[in-house]
Amino acid sequence: MTGGDRWEALPPELRLSEKIIRPSMTYLQDAWRRFRKNPTAMFGLVLVASIVLLALIGPAVSTHSYREQDLNRTNEPPGAEYIFGTDSLGRDLFVRVMTGGRISLLISFMATFISCAIGVVYGGLAGYSGGRTDNVMMRIVDIIWTIPLMLYAILLMMWLGTGLHNILIAIALVYWVNMARIVRGQVMNLKEQEFVLAALVQGASRWRILTRHLIPNSMGPILVTATMMIPGAVFTESFLSFIGLGISAPLASWGSLCSDSLGALRSYPYQLFFPAIFICAAMLGFNFVGDGLRDALDPRLRR
Amino acid sequence: MARFVISRVFSIALTLAVIVTLTFFMMHSIPGGPFAQDKEVPPEVLRVLEAKYRLDEPLYVQYANYVKGLLVWDLGPSFQKIGVSVNDIIKQSMPASAKLGAVTFVFVLLIGIPAGIFSAVKRDSFPDQAIRFMATLGQTIPSFVLATLLIYIFSSRLRIFPTFGLRTWKHFVLPAIALGGYSLSFVTRLVRSSMLEAMGQDYIRTARAKGVPEFQVFFKHALRNSLIPVVTYIGPLIATVITGSFVVEKVFAIPGMGKFFVDSITNRDYTVLMGLTILDAILLCAAILIVDLIYGLIDPRIRVDK
Amino acid sequence: MPAMDEKNGAARPLLAVRDLCVSFFTHVGEVKAIRGISFHVDPGETVGIVGESGSGKSVTSLAVLRLLPYPGRIMSGNVTFRGEDILSKSAGNMRALRGNEISMVFQDPMTSLNPVFTIGEQIVEALAVHGGKKSPAEARTRAIEMLNLVGIPDPEARFGAYPHEFSGGMRQRAMIAMALVCGPSLLIADEPTTALDVTIQAQILELMAGLREKTGASIILITHDLAVVSEACSRIIVMYGGQIMEEAPSEELFENPLHPYTKGLMRCIPAFGGAGRERLVPIPGTPPDLLKPPAGCPFVERCREAMRICLSNRPAFYGEGRHRASCWRLDPEAPK
Repeated sequence: MTGGDRWEALPPELRLSEKIIRPSMTYLQDAWRRFRKNPTAMFGLVLVASIVLLALIGPAVSTHSYREQDLNRTNEPPGAEYIFGTDSLGRDLFVRVMTGGRISLLISFMATFISCAIGVVYGGLAGYSGGRTDNVMMRIVDIIWTIPLMLYAILLMMWLGTGLHNILIAIALVYWVNMARIVRGQVMNLKEQEFVLAALVQGASRWRILTRHLIPNSMGPILVTATMMIPGAVFTESFLSFIGLGISAPLASWGSLCSDSLGALRSYPYQLFFPAIFICAAMLGFNFVGDGLRDALDPRLRR
Repeated sequence: MARFVISRVFSIALTLAVIVTLTFFMMHSIPGGPFAQDKEVPPEVLRVLEAKYRLDEPLYVQYANYVKGLLVWDLGPSFQKIGVSVNDIIKQSMPASAKLGAVTFVFVLLIGIPAGIFSAVKRDSFPDQAIRFMATLGQTIPSFVLATLLIYIFSSRLRIFPTFGLRTWKHFVLPAIALGGYSLSFVTRLVRSSMLEAMGQDYIRTARAKGVPEFQVFFKHALRNSLIPVVTYIGPLIATVITGSFVVEKVFAIPGMGKFFVDSITNRDYTVLMGLTILDAILLCAAILIVDLIYGLIDPRIRVDK
Repeated sequence: MPAMDEKNGAARPLLAVRDLCVSFFTHVGEVKAIRGISFHVDPGETVGIVGESGSGKSVTSLAVLRLLPYPGRIMSGNVTFRGEDILSKSAGNMRALRGNEISMVFQDPMTSLNPVFTIGEQIVEALAVHGGKKSPAEARTRAIEMLNLVGIPDPEARFGAYPHEFSGGMRQRAMIAMALVCGPSLLIADEPTTALDVTIQAQILELMAGLREKTGASIILITHDLAVVSEACSRIIVMYGGQIMEEAPSEELFENPLHPYTKGLMRCIPAFGGAGRERLVPIPGTPPDLLKPPAGCPFVERCREAMRICLSNRPAFYGEGRHRASCWRLDPEAPK
């Protein structure tokens, strides 16, 4: 740089005054970028993805079916023919664990989805209405909150009878209250903000404000809560099946497989080990993903 | 403060009323009725049975009778065990559950709270990471898996601890771990995160700027504020833990309330089921009430606001 | 003001900061929040530090007390208080200094007081930790005295009240009482009025000025509001992007601002924008990203008077006496 031009006025294109310093990213892109940098969260995601994948393709690639019995080959230890061994009726444990995974995961996802839907609508309406409506709605939530939830899932199951869709309904009907509370809190906070006022000034309807402004802006906490609800549902499902109120034979879920293995635990511990390890892995995976999501979506950390 | 207490008691009473009503009508609308067993019961026998348990009266009369009984703590007879009342079953099964529950509760608090505080104080150190790892793992293992694994390892293989019953202190070790494992992990994580949350508050900076020693910053300023979410969790925990766990009691063959609960599900013994549910709810509500009152002691803001 | 004499700096300053650098090690990298700042505070004077949020003014004050939050670290430089090196003090000695010799008032009185202890308990605590062999009754009397001094009505009754029972202005008064109860010689006030209503702001500033007269304590007043420092401070330091841009006695700075950033700041304030109907001119752009701090002047991207050299080289300080500014335009060789 020569003496002359160092004192030259900086040309406007180098002044960069109006340059946008950080490339603009949408909220989700930004969150995903942070999520990707979090090793435990990514580990959780990979874990969950592998479990889901295994459950989906496992039964298809196996030569056995989950209900096919071979009474000559009962309680076989894990080996070449049966990688996870066989159960007391000579059924292939690998296929049963995978099929069980399908059912456990299906129930968890569906139950979570339904209870999220109930919770979001309920909490959104309560928070947005405010006043007396909110008061009454939240008092109801408080009461349900006080009820021992697991007991109610059990009573509901007895009332509805066992079976796949009943277990789904029981879990969904019991666990929406947490989501309702969170959404209500979010909506209460957000509705005081200017962008809602701006939308109101432009003549948006209440429903539109709720569905287009308030709920999308609460998506972060909703997503995190939903992810945390999935392991809870896995837990509840396996628990109900374990005490004999869930899935009944020949269908299987991880919980019912654990329950089936108890009689012969001393002699054939692997029959508990395989379904149990899948439950734990799924719980771990979803917990990690949930934690990672919470960190990634927390706007206070945004940078 | 008095108004606060009264309003809390009132709302808890309301909750209990809802629970009793809901449970009653749900139990009485289960398809088939209590005596619809696998084998056919002759209609005349059924009629005698229904008359004996006053099931032939209109539902609202039965409800009124049940509530009347409840007010003097009479939960009615068992449908399945002849001559045994629900009160008898509770009297007989409560001590075992309560003893195990108390041990578990103490175990969870004595380990969970110090571990959480330690983890927060030594944040990001190796011990912190180890504690966090254990706590995460502890939250992923369902109690029935943990219980059976513990039995398999420590009773069947190593033969260190007995498998079932509650006779000596050794009998308590495995069930307490199985029952408290999840809560222990949860309490540890909760204490850690709420301590860290409190440590990040402005008033902690103020205390340090005043020259308050670190120890005092932690145990006086941060701990008291971080106790609020912890109390919220451990209050109901007492109730859940002393009413027994279905799974742990079943696996360890402990004659507690959880075991009777599971039995009454399989036997369709509705009065027992109802009685135990309501007892559970009462204990839980009492625990929540106590938590609310403790809040008032810890956090002066609540005393005035409500 | 002792330091007004000709032999500039001869009177020993109460606090001297030299070449202080502070970084925050976040997960996205090292944020260089403060990049080599030097200034001093003389006994009994009020110094204002002005800057936008993110300019490093609050970090400076926390670094002086060695209270940087978690990923923050002092990288280099030194800080002396009464001639003693603060940065090499043991944790215990440092603690003996905090609240006793140097105390601090924070921005948000809503969150800066512990909600679960009474105002009185929190004031007495400051007395208790600083070894005064005071009996509880004496400490209580002293605390009530302070509450009275900062203008809290009915201090006897308010002693046992909790923070949430106080209004914002009252809490800030209580914070000041707490900060002054041990009779410190330096009070750092970090945006003490930002969270308060305008009318309350004036009262708090007045209170602080009055207390300085009474106690003789020096004050560092940190704010983003030029209007606040113009009234309260004898000397003003303007910070930007983790560096000092300009430093001058108050009137001097307002009459003759040297740095384009200072000039820009003044154009943003109605009262200083000149007489009549002159337009307010905003400063375009945003402060620099301190993850990748600029090699030259941090203000270059937003500066109307920027030159090529500003992009690549950091300017030295120019100016005479107690007025100095860091800008290449002040270089004798620079075109006027």
